[in-house]
Amino acid sequence: MSDKPKKLIEKGKRLDGRKVDELRPIKMEAGVLKRADGSCYMELGGNKVIAAVYGPRAVHPRHLQEATQVIIRYRYDMASFSVEDRKRPGPDRRSVEISKVSREAIEPSIIKEYFPRSTIDIFVEILQADAGTRTVGINAASVALADAGIPMRGLVSSCAVGKVDGQIVLDLTGEEDNYGEADMPIAMTQDGKITLLQMDGHLTKEEFALAIELAKQGCKAIYEVQRNALVAKYKGGSYV
Amino acid sequence: MSDDIIAEIRRDYIYNLAKKGERVDGRAFDEYRQIEVETRLIDRAEGSAKVKIGNTQVLVGIKIQPGEPFPDTPDQGAIITNVELAPLASPSFEPGPPDESATELARVVDRGVRESGAIDLAKLCIEKGENIWMVFIDVYVLDHDGNLMDASALGAIAALLNAELPNERYELGKDAPLPIDDLPVAVTAAEINGEIMLDPSLDEELIASTQLTVITSKDGSLAGMQKSGVGMLTFDQIHHIIDIASKKAKEIREKYLETS
Repeated sequence: MSDKPKKLIEKGKRLDGRKVDELRPIKMEAGVLKRADGSCYMELGGNKVIAAVYGPRAVHPRHLQEATQVIIRYRYDMASFSVEDRKRPGPDRRSVEISKVSREAIEPSIIKEYFPRSTIDIFVEILQADAGTRTVGINAASVALADAGIPMRGLVSSCAVGKVDGQIVLDLTGEEDNYGEADMPIAMTQDGKITLLQMDGHLTKEEFALAIELAKQGCKAIYEVQRNALVAKYKGGSYV
Repeated sequence: MSDDIIAEIRRDYIYNLAKKGERVDGRAFDEYRQIEVETRLIDRAEGSAKVKIGNTQVLVGIKIQPGEPFPDTPDQGAIITNVELAPLASPSFEPGPPDESATELARVVDRGVRESGAIDLAKLCIEKGENIWMVFIDVYVLDHDGNLMDASALGAIAALLNAELPNERYELGKDAPLPIDDLPVAVTAAEINGEIMLDPSLDEELIASTQLTVITSKDGSLAGMQKSGVGMLTFDQIHHIIDIASKKAKEIREKYLETS
């Protein structure tokens, strides 16, 4: 990546022209795959992500099954060509961690007691990465679950907030993540409970409070897009 | 190809239709499903293409990076082909390293590109014995509804066609198109109860005794073949498949590869 630009925010505008509380352009479409029980394609800025859901179905290997509820498995994977330098296909430490926290972000929204001794498998493939892939994956996965007809308490929406040039901003770009002071991916249920919280960098407690408020706004905007994508599928429309 | 299962009743249905000269989706035996090719959709990749054949979907990305040549070809670039049967694509695909079907697929795609001479490897030498271009062809299967072979092969050559050598990134001058000399096209047919069906759908693949993939070059000559599956083919059947496959390949090449 190139050298650090002098200023990441100038006169309230970021390098890509956005305001500090603005999301990148979003595209979302539900039901894009035929074989999967549920699926969703999402773009956020340069991110291109596809999520598929299979299940509830039998668990293999069987010893993983639970007598009283369904198990949830979540696999986050980056396509080899999704990044600048070719990534070796398959899981690495980063994707294993992201899979775990993403699963935990999604799991509370699923009514698991309905399907004992079964599994719901969620597969997220990052086709093109542009900062914030895990949040895009969670958004798409939540819609794919709904598309698969899984009983849920609501949708989960996710976005990143952070601190750039001393200001709290919504939805960081790669550059802002690299040269900014903090990055904080968050996911929440539609009634505002946090299901994913990660942070790296430096924030004061006041800044953190501000960031959470901004994340709430971001997630609310994304929730609308998710909802519209699901409605559009059944109205026969496509992109929102 | 995979361990999907098919109901006996559906198997009988397809068999009986075949006796009447019909197919489940109403196609003629030598009729292909609708093809869609979309290119340049992954900016991070040096080339990319998404191919749909009916409901089957594959996404191919090309990454090109400098690397060390193989000792036996010190002045030639390298092609590395990989197929990921992403678990998104089918309930029977599981996460993990490529299994035998994925490996077979990747090797057949690779052979088509390599043997047809589609890429002029001599032009991919940066410094003899030291530095060459490595061309990674990565196929991601997104939705599996049969005939991954043709979809992957078409995706590979369509993506190579719009690939650029990233010279600027490595301070080797200006970006330049990847030198492409040929346009190999793979066409697959399945043998079902004595009948030959072009472009088998998943259901047809599951009951087919065997399949034959024929890869032809621009001049109509054969660049690769692969019989896949336990069944048997007669010489007549093989000649027939080669005939219809090379005719179809020409159509596909003209419509989807020679226009761009």
